[in-house]
Amino acid sequence: MEELVNLFHGFAVALQPYNIMLMVLGIVLGVIIGVLPGLGGANGVAILLPLTFSMSPTSAIIMLSCIYWGALFGGAITSILFNIPGEPWSVATTFDGYPMAQQGKAGEALTAAFTSSFVGALFAVIMITLVAPLVASFALQFGPAEKFAVYFLAFCSFVGLSKEPPFKTIAAMMIGFALAAVGLDSITGQLRLTFGSTHLLNGFDFLIAVIGLFGIGEILLTMEEGLAFRGGKAKINLRVVLQTWKELPKYWMTSLRSCFIGCWMGITPAGATPASFMSYGIAKRVAKNGNNFGKGEVEGVIAPETAAHAAGTAALLPMLSLGVPGSPTAAVLLGGLLIWGLQPGPMLFVEQKEFVWGLIASMYLGNLVGLIVVLTCVPIFAAILRVPFSIIAPLILVLCAIGAYSVHSSTFDVVLMLVFGVIGYLLKKCNYPLAPLVLAIVLGDKAEEAFRQSLLGSQGSFGIFLSNPLVGTIMVLGLIALFWSVIQHGYTRLRGAMA
Amino acid sequence: MSTGSSSNTGPTHKLVEAGVTLLIALFGVIVIIGSVKAGINWGAEGPRAGFFPFYIGLFILVSSAINLWNGLREDNDGLFAEWGQLRQVLSVVIPTAIYVSAIPFIGLYVASTIFIAWFMRWLGKYKWPVVLAISFGMPIVTYLIFERWFMVPLPKGPLEEWLGL
Repeated sequence: MEELVNLFHGFAVALQPYNIMLMVLGIVLGVIIGVLPGLGGANGVAILLPLTFSMSPTSAIIMLSCIYWGALFGGAITSILFNIPGEPWSVATTFDGYPMAQQGKAGEALTAAFTSSFVGALFAVIMITLVAPLVASFALQFGPAEKFAVYFLAFCSFVGLSKEPPFKTIAAMMIGFALAAVGLDSITGQLRLTFGSTHLLNGFDFLIAVIGLFGIGEILLTMEEGLAFRGGKAKINLRVVLQTWKELPKYWMTSLRSCFIGCWMGITPAGATPASFMSYGIAKRVAKNGNNFGKGEVEGVIAPETAAHAAGTAALLPMLSLGVPGSPTAAVLLGGLLIWGLQPGPMLFVEQKEFVWGLIASMYLGNLVGLIVVLTCVPIFAAILRVPFSIIAPLILVLCAIGAYSVHSSTFDVVLMLVFGVIGYLLKKCNYPLAPLVLAIVLGDKAEEAFRQSLLGSQGSFGIFLSNPLVGTIMVLGLIALFWSVIQHGYTRLRGAMA
Repeated sequence: MSTGSSSNTGPTHKLVEAGVTLLIALFGVIVIIGSVKAGINWGAEGPRAGFFPFYIGLFILVSSAINLWNGLREDNDGLFAEWGQLRQVLSVVIPTAIYVSAIPFIGLYVASTIFIAWFMRWLGKYKWPVVLAISFGMPIVTYLIFERWFMVPLPKGPLEEWLGL
């Protein structure tokens, strides 16, 4: 009941005209970011983060999270119209979305995609509203050992659930941890890994890494592929929208299933991309006309879009309630919290009620605004893609430089950004996942602190991580996640042997 | 934009991947050396500064060894990229490197104008009026949004000083 009151307060905050203006601005910027190749949710938010330094934290998070929603919506536009996924999570949308557009049903596909996105997000926000306060109040009792166990679980899930080879995931993650360790050690106050360089005193800022790895790296990849846009025209009118909406309830089972898959994959840090693939795969297997998938089946658009958006939204649940972001974009938002002077984690729900509930309320409103904006403005956004890449690329590079500079007003960071960009290009080409790297840079210091404090309490005995049922359970879950693919493999073989 | 050269040669994927893996391993060694310097044992205040990163470095080294082994064993004769494609990539990296290193001296606005103009004229082959409009327009819009509206100062050079901005 108290939550309901808080939520209404949140709506009162989010509905202030200034905040609504920021919401619309955020959505529009977000869709543009989602449409443009080379600008994704994570680095888009990172570049625009400096713009919020002078805002109140609540207004700032409303704008930034709306950029994120916008990017989620925007990814679908390019997938359906141009067969070019603007974001990795919309790859699965191209499978059926693009064939539909080729058959002249672009309007239906877009309407279905946007509506499913909205449904997925709405489901996840309702889940966050109900579950986040519970998780947070539960997490308030966590000591350092439990905190470390949660980080452990988060990182193990990456290894077990990602489609990249496990040892590449581990290598990428550990690079992130090592980068996070550079500079002043927060416990002993000692300098480490700086090798005498004054530039490295404060360590590596993950925002620079995000802008470099995702922004510059992506541009380099696009340059290599040599892009040429060829695509259908976008036309959505009210009749098509209403007609498609009349059709959609038929697929409620697919929607619901995709919502659950998305929420689950979003909370565990697997993220939106695997969620969309998994949801598409299951829908294809279960659906009556599964054989038509890939030829322009509306259900093949609904499933990945719902799951991707649900996952993207659900990624904010662990970020808000535990201080563990479920996706790179959530990590950037978490970095924002630190810059605005807020301490992420369960205490937010006690100390910063207005902020937390303002954000949650803005998720409801932001997604509604997003749905309206994309449905009405699709042709404009599609036109952006017709601007040739040789104009867009330098503009994005300049934007990245501006974003990297303004984090700490340091030109050294801009150089660092380019270095990260080249590293990102090489790693991506060699099949190393970048998300765990970024998350490790964000969480490295906190994970290390929790680890060392636990060991301090136990005088160096690792038994502390199994010392009570709670921490033991989380650690065991972590190990299961870590060896998930091995377990799955063994199970299939066992079943094969039985049959 | 075409990929320029159509020759189907280039470095093999295997080679580049092995190189990247070795670089990562080297990074792991550097982390280990740095950690040992900071102290990896227990001090009066518990584990010392190098304790945690030392094990991280070890993990990097071990996983790189496995990745190297897996990579070399793999049957993959594919190319990492064609030379023409790599040239395309370098045609962005090198100017960006010059742009980035010029910012501290001539300021972000002037550097951006030159960079955008170069990029559009050289790679995009646009007519000068279009090039000039965008290369001057973008920094001006940036100035208005960042410095005026959101009050985020960006690096300036002699030109801005002379203009008194």
